[in-house]
Amino acid sequence: MNELNKAHEEYEDFSSYPDSGTESATRTVVVPGEIIASGEDLLPGEGTRRDGNDVIASRFGLAEKVGRVVKIISISGAFVPRRNNVVIGRVSDIVHSGWIIDIDYAQNGFLPLMESPRFINKHEMDQFLAIGDMVSAKVWSVSPKSIDLAMKGKGLGKLEGGFTFRVNPSSVPRVIGREGSMINLIKENTGCNVTIGQNGWVWIKGQDLDNEIKARKAIEFIAEKFHVSGLTEKMEEWFAKNK
Amino acid sequence: MSSMNTSSLTQEMLVRMFAAGKRFDGRKLLEMRDFTIEYNVSNKAEGSARVKLGKTEVVVGVKMEVAAPYPDSLDKGNLMVSGDLLPLASPRFESGPPKFNAIELPRLVDRMIRESHVIDLHKLIIKEGEKVWTVIIDVYPINDDGNLIDAAGLATIAALMNTYIPNLDEAGRIDHESKSTKKLPLTEGTVPLSFTFFKLGDSLIVDPTREEEEACEGKINWGISNWKGKEHMLHSCQKGLEIPLTREEIEFMMQTLPKLYDDTLKKLKKFLK
Repeated sequence: MNELNKAHEEYEDFSSYPDSGTESATRTVVVPGEIIASGEDLLPGEGTRRDGNDVIASRFGLAEKVGRVVKIISISGAFVPRRNNVVIGRVSDIVHSGWIIDIDYAQNGFLPLMESPRFINKHEMDQFLAIGDMVSAKVWSVSPKSIDLAMKGKGLGKLEGGFTFRVNPSSVPRVIGREGSMINLIKENTGCNVTIGQNGWVWIKGQDLDNEIKARKAIEFIAEKFHVSGLTEKMEEWFAKNK
Repeated sequence: MSSMNTSSLTQEMLVRMFAAGKRFDGRKLLEMRDFTIEYNVSNKAEGSARVKLGKTEVVVGVKMEVAAPYPDSLDKGNLMVSGDLLPLASPRFESGPPKFNAIELPRLVDRMIRESHVIDLHKLIIKEGEKVWTVIIDVYPINDDGNLIDAAGLATIAALMNTYIPNLDEAGRIDHESKSTKKLPLTEGTVPLSFTFFKLGDSLIVDPTREEEEACEGKINWGISNWKGKEHMLHSCQKGLEIPLTREEIEFMMQTLPKLYDDTLKKLKKFLK
């Protein structure tokens, strides 16, 4: 309750700031089915659909009109895997042909044995990935039967050291920032390695405990303030304050 | 929230952090989260309270019923505690037959209340040997962010302190229409509270968040009160999970418990009417 009120008040404060960005964003909260705008020339963007002359919300979130495009920044919602998503998952089981990875979705992911970077004896698969280990992997294919993962690529593989935690998957784009601006800011200020999966799981590894805790606090702060514009500047202030 | 189990990385990290005396939310190891209490959240119950301990939220309702006493305690009223881990509270909870945690929670609350003798069951007799009051306590977790048991303990005692015994009509049935001013007879000055210590690595913590609770390997629950407002008294205890506790750890808890209790009681008193 208190937190909610606080967040709300801060939002009020922020919204009174003159908008610094190029986008002239007026954001309104919409619920599914609500008519956001009417007009033939409008383009329905993410989270919206067209019905006759109207653009209608299909998600709960903040509606935004940029130029001709109307889109919704969703506030809540589960992660739905798509091809090429990078996800952070936990090894939940070992089967004869690979590993079962919990990727925080209704269905588990599957990581084939072939994806391991070196030869692995079939009887000693837990030498490479044991139950409880974390991996960062890429979604290779999604079908109703299985979600196949791949681990060959830059930055993918078993996560060693550090820790993982979760933020709301809908705020992942904000945590990453435009062209990674936000995540770089966190990396610069804390000296931590940060990897964010599209499923909302974050891996942090740093030099010492204090910086790791600070990096987590920063990310949780951003994830909470998904609705604030000009967040990168706010974060610079935040880091100056929380030296 | 997510239903993913704790990763070994996070668990190792927590071991290191606790060893250094640090926690993610900036608390000390033996520091409780702040809590708030609301009363009369249910208009049908004779007493109710909602406790928010951090993000953990528990609603407790107390119902009074007229019933026959148990054959082995004819001179006492009855006390029943039940609880339900609603699926809305956590992705870990599923509907269906109660599992271990759903059985443990109301039992611990029951033992904490019963053994502290805070409710004077002898005063709940309507007609000796035939009719007594039954106190029914229902515990409903609304959100589980760790430490449900201590939150439930707080909510229960808060609800009991706010419970009224309903009036009876001539036929001896409960008269729900008239408003009662008779409070449930509680032992003056006695306030039982529950404290659970969790063990991870070599560290002990209290009031874990869900993330911390799921990483922990051992726990022990204490019911403690200040009997009639005087000395501290332990009256219930249950050890949980797999990892054993050492004698030094138990002694350490005995030294910390009175201070924890006093601090929490002070906060609780702010909410009492």
